[in-house]
Amino acid sequence: MTDMMLKAEDLHARYGAVEVLRGLDFEVPDGNVVVILGANGAGKTTTLRALCNMCTTTGTVTMEGDDISRAKTADIVRRGVAHVPQGRGTFPELSVMDNLKIGAYTRKDNEVGADVDRWFEIFPRLEERRDQLAGSLSGGEQQMLAVARALMCRPRLLLLDEPSLGLAPLIIEDLFERFAQLNKETGLTMLLVEQNANLALDMADYGYVIESGEIALHGPADQLKNDPAVQEAYLGA
Amino acid sequence: MNWNWEILPDFIFNGLRDGAVYAAAALALVLIFKATTLINFATGELAMLGAFFVYVLNVEQGLWLWLSIAIAVLISAAIGAAVERTLVRPFDPADHLPVVLITLGLFLIINAVAGDVWNYQVRRVNDPFGHFPSWVPNGSELKTSSEGTIACLENADGDLAEVAAGTAGAEMCEMVGRTFFEVIGARLHYRTIGIWIALALALIALALILGKTKAGLAFRAVSSNTESARLVGVNTGRTLGFGWALASVFGTLSAALVAPALGGVNPNMMLTILIYALAGAALGGLDSLGGAVIGGLVVGLIKSVLVSWFGVVVLGQAYFSILQLAMAFLLILIVLLFRPAGLFGTRRIERV
Repeated sequence: MTDMMLKAEDLHARYGAVEVLRGLDFEVPDGNVVVILGANGAGKTTTLRALCNMCTTTGTVTMEGDDISRAKTADIVRRGVAHVPQGRGTFPELSVMDNLKIGAYTRKDNEVGADVDRWFEIFPRLEERRDQLAGSLSGGEQQMLAVARALMCRPRLLLLDEPSLGLAPLIIEDLFERFAQLNKETGLTMLLVEQNANLALDMADYGYVIESGEIALHGPADQLKNDPAVQEAYLGA
Repeated sequence: MNWNWEILPDFIFNGLRDGAVYAAAALALVLIFKATTLINFATGELAMLGAFFVYVLNVEQGLWLWLSIAIAVLISAAIGAAVERTLVRPFDPADHLPVVLITLGLFLIINAVAGDVWNYQVRRVNDPFGHFPSWVPNGSELKTSSEGTIACLENADGDLAEVAAGTAGAEMCEMVGRTFFEVIGARLHYRTIGIWIALALALIALALILGKTKAGLAFRAVSSNTESARLVGVNTGRTLGFGWALASVFGTLSAALVAPALGGVNPNMMLTILIYALAGAALGGLDSLGGAVIGGLVVGLIKSVLVSWFGVVVLGQAYFSILQLAMAFLLILIVLLFRPAGLFGTRRIERV
């Protein structure tokens, strides 16, 4: 139980009258990278939003054994969950520096400056543009900023919603290399939602495939990669 | 055509004085619009309430004027936050109609309640910038004074000694003394300078709050991207309440600054000012704080220079003076038609 970072049981979510998630069960072990695959509209984004209580949900979500299904979004963030929403999720009217500072909003220690320097070292492009408005950055730079911003709260669980969306292939590869590196070096647990199944499964330990709000398939990443159904639907084989 | 250039600087100064008041009121509108993308139609009435607090504390209770203004500003901030908490937050922020209707309702309620409590008579207030020193009798007492006194005070925009008629007036005017500097042949009143300084100090304070404090950063983050702000742990509700409080501060400031120039406070004092402020905010771009300031000043200039000086003085058409408010509506219309984002606003680009 204690080595389970996150566990969802019978997770339902709805927007108004539309039920988007129809009872998901999944778990994210501590230190692992777990990927959720699925077509457009399958409920991938909603799954991440449901975990942070950003939509109406029923079911149980536990983080390290504690029930967080009724917790406020801000309190879930304080527990160490960082969420990079789809479409970058930066603050376009704020400078790069302010974006990073707001990422550390929940922190009360005085090492925020040191962390900014650290992410600047890892993403040097951001340091070059520290005083520019985030909205003026390129797509790839904005995605890096969104990730750096999320990491500023020193999360133990990083939720990534389609980080590859709208980015050039070379930039996507670079980004995923950095994710893998982060996971290896810091043991950061990640729950990743992706349409780019190949890259995602390469990095992940375990995967779930969602179809119409239900889990259709799950298994270790290598196994999913070789699954004929997954290959046909998501790997373009 | 009577190009009376000599008096143009007077009109420019007056325009920039009124413009500073519109700028403060426009900031109150923009602070709320930035955070919630809705127009708070009760902005003017909340500000009027703040001006009445100054009146009650200073004139009725005899508190020091600046202390009264400070207390009134704090009470208004609390009321702004309370309005957000009780009347705005329970509603879905994506659905604007209910909240706009609520602010309209609030507008009517505050106006009616203020009318009931204080009635609609103008109540004289003290000018923080020495125009009407505190020893000048207030309200009813003044009415019983001799004709000279009234002439003196009514014309108090100028050198009081010049317009004094009657002994009481002359005496009083001598005590009041001049109320302006002479700059390039025009009268630059202490009150005008005082309003400018007050606005400048308030703007510096606002810039420091938004730029240097954590609450200010959170407010800018919520204005920029509410969902991401929640995801970094910002309590968006509390932050919006903070925005409403800041907006109320600027509203009350605008009403307290303009009240002496209007002859005093009354429940309808902010009606037209809100229209000019709205024009200023629309011109500057509804989500730009700097734009609100410049927009407010430009509206003041247009009203004074274009309408009053050019229309009334140069063209000699007295009816221009009744077109001031129409000009504000025309300006709003033109901006919305040709440049909906205003001069400095963010152009929303929808990526599909």
